[in-house]
Amino acid sequence: MSEQTIDSHSPPVLKHTPLYDLNGRFGARMVPFAGYEMPVQFTTGILKEHLHTRAAAGLFDVSHMGQIALRPKSGVVTDAAKALERLVPVDIMGLAPGRQRYGFFTNEDGGLLDDLMIANRGDHLLLVVNAACKGTDEAHLAAHLGDTCLIERLDRALLALQGPKSEAALATLAPECGTTGFMVTREADILGARCFVSRSGYTGEDGFEISVPNEAAQPIAEALLARPDVIPIGLGARDSLRLEAGLCLYGADINTTTTPVEAGLGWAISKVRRNGGARAGGFPGSDLILKQLEGAPTRRRVGLRAEGRALVRGGAPLFVDQGQTKPIGTVTSGGFGPSIGGPVAMGYVPLALASPGTGLFAEVRGTRLPVSVAMLPFVPHAFKRG
Amino acid sequence: MLKFTEDHEWLILEGDVVTVGITAHATTQLGDLVFVQLPDVGTNFAKGDSAAVVESVKAASDVFAPLAGEVVEINSAIAADPSIVNSDPLGQGWFFKMKLVDVAAFSGLLDKAQYKQLVG
Repeated sequence: MSEQTIDSHSPPVLKHTPLYDLNGRFGARMVPFAGYEMPVQFTTGILKEHLHTRAAAGLFDVSHMGQIALRPKSGVVTDAAKALERLVPVDIMGLAPGRQRYGFFTNEDGGLLDDLMIANRGDHLLLVVNAACKGTDEAHLAAHLGDTCLIERLDRALLALQGPKSEAALATLAPECGTTGFMVTREADILGARCFVSRSGYTGEDGFEISVPNEAAQPIAEALLARPDVIPIGLGARDSLRLEAGLCLYGADINTTTTPVEAGLGWAISKVRRNGGARAGGFPGSDLILKQLEGAPTRRRVGLRAEGRALVRGGAPLFVDQGQTKPIGTVTSGGFGPSIGGPVAMGYVPLALASPGTGLFAEVRGTRLPVSVAMLPFVPHAFKRG
Repeated sequence: MLKFTEDHEWLILEGDVVTVGITAHATTQLGDLVFVQLPDVGTNFAKGDSAAVVESVKAASDVFAPLAGEVVEINSAIAADPSIVNSDPLGQGWFFKMKLVDVAAFSGLLDKAQYKQLVG
């Protein structure tokens, strides 16, 4: 870890989440991430933390992420929903209280500014955004919705409890959460603290994301970690879990130059916002995006499996053969998939090369390694159904 | 006779052949290893050449030839199961054996006390 000092010429000291001390007590190895000191792994290690999450339950400190409340000045939440629809191609006006939806902020070129979760909390909307984007997302909201909405960054902690045993673990503290369905959100009293719980996550497993008052974060985390099935998980395993689940990482797989259709996120563009829908368009880049949705993008995000054991990481150029000089695409994320037992990656390729089984080459350290296009996700999703 | 390099390799000399591996300090820094690429038997290396590559979850790192020599044996077990390097870096986790060009050069490497001082 490099030393950070406070003076007018150097960057500010890294921020700590309310679980910083607890993370340290569990042997966290800390790294700088989005301006915070975050655990990349605990003593368990990335591979075992990953496998434990898929087999039992892992607790993630994701308090660095942004939680933003969008409150309608009119007092009517539909007005906040209507306003937010100016920025996301999602049906928010039709999002019932206690429900959550995945969405993204688009820009005028049809690219993506961030991806986020949007929940209807009854009298306001709760947005959970990426840590690295929370400042720009707030400014984006203020610039476009400041007339009709109050935008408030919530100073709260965020925990994610993920894995097949997470329901049983959380039910000991909040029994009512056992029956919460996928993408449903509710308020829950946990150890006397007013928490917001949603059944969602970033691992492909069943699980919960829990917004917690700062002072309650440590006791709630400790209570969950006291259960034999639950161990703390760092950002290293968080990345390998989401990669195997085929989920995008903003800044790597999606950014201002990728359209949601190219990224394979067209499913999140609600029917009512598409051409022919009652509230078609009306978000930045809508012409291009909706046209792509009806036609086809020129490139697609695909899964990639390497044939050997060498890892193929983000940034590796993709070629059709050993001799080609100009790459046809790029790997945007890649690493080792512990549940798969080998290298997994995602990248963008021309539509004509996007069929599963297509053989390509990824250039790694000057050598072109054979890879093949694979369907996503690599590991089937195990979200709660019914 | 056990010696170390500043690049966190260890070496044991027997006659004119050294067994080479990476230290526990290195494996702790690297984290879980998921891939090991070993050299071919018969390859000749100069001191400082990249002789092997290890991939951890985080990044790829080179293992350098600590001295000039020819690879005479490789530990295929760690290529099949890189976790052996994490669990037993100084024993079962050895990488390769080299026949040294100049055995006398071995004495110029770090001894245990000097290496300990380096890593703190």
